Amino acid sequence: MELYYFILEVVIKNLVVISILMLFVAYLTLAERKFLGYLQVRLGPNRVGTWGLLQPIADGIKSFVKEDIIPTNADKPVYVIAPMISFVAALSMFAVIPFGESVTLFGREIKLVIADVDIGILYVFAMGTLGEYGIVLGGWSSGNKYAILGALRAAAQMISYEVALGLIVIGTIILSGSLRLTEIVEAQRDVWFIVYQPFAFLLYIVAALAEVNRTPFDMPESESELACGFNIEYSSMKFALFMIAEYAHLVTVSALTTTLFLGGWLGPVLPGPVWFILKTCVMIFIFIWIRGTYPRMRYDHIMKFGWKFLFPAALANVVITAFIVALR
Amino acid sequence: MDAIGFKFILFMIAALVVIVSSVLMATRKNPIHSALWMIVTFFAMAIIYLLLNAQFIAVAQVMVYAGAIMMLILFVIMMVNMDKGNREETTKASWSLGKKMAAALLMVILLVELLFGALFYRMTARVGDYPADAVAAAGNAKTVGALLYGQYLFPFEVASILLLIGIVGAVVIAKRNK
Repeated sequence: MELYYFILEVVIKNLVVISILMLFVAYLTLAERKFLGYLQVRLGPNRVGTWGLLQPIADGIKSFVKEDIIPTNADKPVYVIAPMISFVAALSMFAVIPFGESVTLFGREIKLVIADVDIGILYVFAMGTLGEYGIVLGGWSSGNKYAILGALRAAAQMISYEVALGLIVIGTIILSGSLRLTEIVEAQRDVWFIVYQPFAFLLYIVAALAEVNRTPFDMPESESELACGFNIEYSSMKFALFMIAEYAHLVTVSALTTTLFLGGWLGPVLPGPVWFILKTCVMIFIFIWIRGTYPRMRYDHIMKFGWKFLFPAALANVVITAFIVALR
Repeated sequence: MDAIGFKFILFMIAALVVIVSSVLMATRKNPIHSALWMIVTFFAMAIIYLLLNAQFIAVAQVMVYAGAIMMLILFVIMMVNMDKGNREETTKASWSLGKKMAAALLMVILLVELLFGALFYRMTARVGDYPADAVAAAGNAKTVGALLYGQYLFPFEVASILLLIGIVGAVVIAKRNK
């Protein structure tokens, strides 16, 4: 009987988290367009519903009924699988991120995280790397020169920035002494890690921008030079899947920043999940703000910056943090 | 269904996927498809590690091999032949009869060894220093870390110096050819 309750609990948690995440993603597209509009002194979408509130639904219906085109040059199986890889990886990343303390419902103690695993943070990074395959394979299988260039850039950028991203996070792991995300949050009960690691926080935001391929690091799909890059040939639902994956990845990265540096669900008065969502929204807003502020960097500058500044800085952060913790 | 039966079914599926995808990896003509099947192989291997309660090794497998290294391989393949070039059909014709015989003999020997191993395999009674429950109590990553930086510190450092030599060597060779 216990086993069935456990399965029921997992299924319900999955359904709740995925539906909230999808809702978030849908309205994130609207929020981003609105914020970008205001940042560039225009109105943004305002035709469908008041304040453009029905725009995500209109977009969804539109991409659902569009014609699905597979180019003749395309490598069909890979072309079809690529968006799915992106989508699945982006969704499954969220599984280990804790969004609240445990609550008691119907006499059962329920942890507010889908899977509280021992090596949570490594799992997030593993899934993040897999998500990148969707972009690389999508670009390669389209059989289009711009798409291949986008895929190549995505692969190179991912190899360069994933290393730095892993190193930056080691600082917080040293401070909390655990790879389990719930324990990392618990370790921040007194002081958030952003206080101990302000430099790592800034580096993390830069590396995370590169990880989710957003301006100023949106090399794989730089519109002005590659004409949309890896997703140039995609249409209809496959294109929508890429878009959903990209925004879900953005939400997950913001949630991970919250967990690692901003004390996760911890906060006074309000319940845990509310704090968690608030902090995540602030992080998402910062990412949109950066997109509205900075121009795209040049490709060789990105590589140079990644290897010659970000990587050594992250390494120095690890060494200094380890040294201070060892002295204590 | 009990947990052990469920694990057995999972193991059979993962093992079959490993075998099938590695055969496909070796037989595909397009190098990118080979690389993709290799990623699938690594994934199924990670599932087998998970079944053995080695979460850290499983995730490291996915992150390092299926993630970073295969991404590098894909990058190189895409860089080197952008025109989706299929492998040239030179290998088949150039194999002489002697080589074919040698290959067949090797195959038979390996098969016999495999059968021998499968038939005469016995579970050893000796329990190692790190049985599953001890690992679970200490935490997976902690156990691996303690072993790597304690008991096996010297081999670990030697291996890292070897890797460093490899990197420096590659840079030297690349510079000389310019």
